[in-house]
Amino acid sequence: MKAMLAAVTLLLATAACGAEEPGAADDGATLTLWTRAATESVSKAYADAYNASHKNKIEVTAYPNEEYPAKLASAAGAKSLPDLFAADVVFAPQYAAQGLWADVSDQFKSLPFKDSVAPSHVRAGTWEGHNFAVPHTIDLSVMLYNKDLYTKAGLDPEKPPRTLAEFAEHARKIDKLGEDVHGTYFGGNCGGCVEFTFWPSVWAAGGEVLDNDGRSGKVDSPEMAEVFAVYRDLYDQGVASPASKGEAGPTWLGALQGGKVGIAPGPSVWLDAIESKGVKTGLAPIPGITGGESTFLGGDAIGIGATSAKTEQAWDFLAWTMSEEAQVEVIAKRKGVPFRTDLASNKYSSADPRLVTANGLVAKGKTPYARNFNATFNDPQGPWLTTVRGALFGDASSALMTGNEAITKSLRQE
Amino acid sequence: MRRRAVTGALYATPAAVLVGLFFVVPLLLVGWMSLNRWPLLGKPRFNAPANYTGVVDNALLTSAAWFTVQYTVLITVLLFVVAFGLALLVQNRRKGVGFFRTAFFLPMAVGFASASLLFLGLLSEEIGPFPGTGDSSALGSAVLLVLWRFAGFNMLILLTGLQAIPLDVYEAARIDGATRWQTFRRITVPMMRPTIALVLTMMTTGSLLAFDQFWILTRGGPDNSTTSLVMVIYREAFIRLDLGSAAGISVVLLVLLAVFSTVQLAVLRRRSA
Repeated sequence: MKAMLAAVTLLLATAACGAEEPGAADDGATLTLWTRAATESVSKAYADAYNASHKNKIEVTAYPNEEYPAKLASAAGAKSLPDLFAADVVFAPQYAAQGLWADVSDQFKSLPFKDSVAPSHVRAGTWEGHNFAVPHTIDLSVMLYNKDLYTKAGLDPEKPPRTLAEFAEHARKIDKLGEDVHGTYFGGNCGGCVEFTFWPSVWAAGGEVLDNDGRSGKVDSPEMAEVFAVYRDLYDQGVASPASKGEAGPTWLGALQGGKVGIAPGPSVWLDAIESKGVKTGLAPIPGITGGESTFLGGDAIGIGATSAKTEQAWDFLAWTMSEEAQVEVIAKRKGVPFRTDLASNKYSSADPRLVTANGLVAKGKTPYARNFNATFNDPQGPWLTTVRGALFGDASSALMTGNEAITKSLRQE
Repeated sequence: MRRRAVTGALYATPAAVLVGLFFVVPLLLVGWMSLNRWPLLGKPRFNAPANYTGVVDNALLTSAAWFTVQYTVLITVLLFVVAFGLALLVQNRRKGVGFFRTAFFLPMAVGFASASLLFLGLLSEEIGPFPGTGDSSALGSAVLLVLWRFAGFNMLILLTGLQAIPLDVYEAARIDGATRWQTFRRITVPMMRPTIALVLTMMTTGSLLAFDQFWILTRGGPDNSTTSLVMVIYREAFIRLDLGSAAGISVVLLVLLAVFSTVQLAVLRRRSA
């Protein structure tokens, strides 16, 4: 009772403080922020803009993508988490469930624009009704296609495929150009790559991959089988680059930057990286087998380290990153996708129609939710990668059936 | 007399404290963790023997254990043959032998993780110097790496064993008309037994605990075909964030290793006695 009273008093005190002097949480504290290498540049851009206009100082440290979860786990075990840390949004339910982030439900609910913060990202950071993390960056899966190869193959570079069947047709046409040009490319030895790029086609067809609570797999659905069959045929016929089979992720971007791939699903944030190598690139939504479109709303979520003593200052930073100023002047300005749906069209996006396409997808896309997501889908030793390998290169029908059982078992493991 | 005992104890204290702090305490902690559901943050909850019954249910663990045993047998045989061969080659002082000894030992100066990354680069289709090596056997490349990295070190240990054999024994054998092969079988090998025992034990325990080479070179793939036991422990601890289960597997592995080493040393000692 006493503890609760104290907590209530503290809460009232902070609320009162926040109301009277808005600068109270900006008292010149130094805050550590950890992130993975993939999103380092975005975190640093936030930090630079925030540091320039605030007394608090954010210090960003990035770790290699693969080693980052282990780094977080050992820091948590040693009770020395940073003040703020971001994580792949699909890992967020697990970190929230493990209590690695501080509860920010009250602060979040008091935001005037809380309803327009990418809902599926917000849900990913929610555990048992409490908010533990908010969006940090958004990365969408889209179709990226080589406009020059489209022209060479006699296709219209302004008419990307509207169905997955059409995508396969385009890929085949481009593959006929011969030499070292290939129709398409995918990460066939990378569970994270496949879920990010194949699942939207299932969603576009109205299918599901997981149940709503992330406790049962649905990869044995006809929609999933159809999507795998399209990519499997492309690989068997040599339309997909043979390197697709071994692609575990690290050389994926490099393959698209080479300019020898016709059309391939991939992360929207690679648009600039590919064009910087002189490859004229178009961007289109990922379609379903017979139409529709969807996307995997990836990216990073961020929360306050559960062991941090500077929660107020840390929240000041988080609230600022969600402000219009940060979303437009930091994210949209560097061609990123704002995670606030009310800011989808802004002065920067209107300059590039491809960004309008990407921003518009935020409302249509999904972020799958499961506490054991990493162990089941992203970890190379998880059951999903075995399922993927079977469906693409082995016995397709039995792979999806037995895979689904193993996936459900892994999702439910305590 | 008591004074001497006190002085002795004082001399031993620093080592005892270090061993206690960095060996005994962590060992007991792992044992205790394996009996609990141990979250990263928050209070552990006693749940024995769930972490141990989980070991039996873990299909990945079974395949990893089988792979690790196969790998251990393969690498122990190959590494021993290569290391012993190298040691015999550079056993006698002749011109240029110092150069070869150094050359064989040199890979040991490269950190194992760095060596693994070096091989990853060498074998990469994207950045490697050999085209078409991207499809090379995952296990084969790991074995090659371990041979290159560790043969020299084991050669060095075997070399010290070889040189501890008194020359007059060889001389006596020569006078008795023993052939080269007889000398090797009847003198070199028996007198090398303690050294061979040491080297084999180090090789087997090292291989049963293999992690770095597979983690960096293959990530356990393709299709979990190179997932070692320690990688499963890593997955339990850092991917599933289930420290209790990871501790449980570690304890089982520790017991197996202890049994294995005891048997191995006992067999080799008995023969030499």
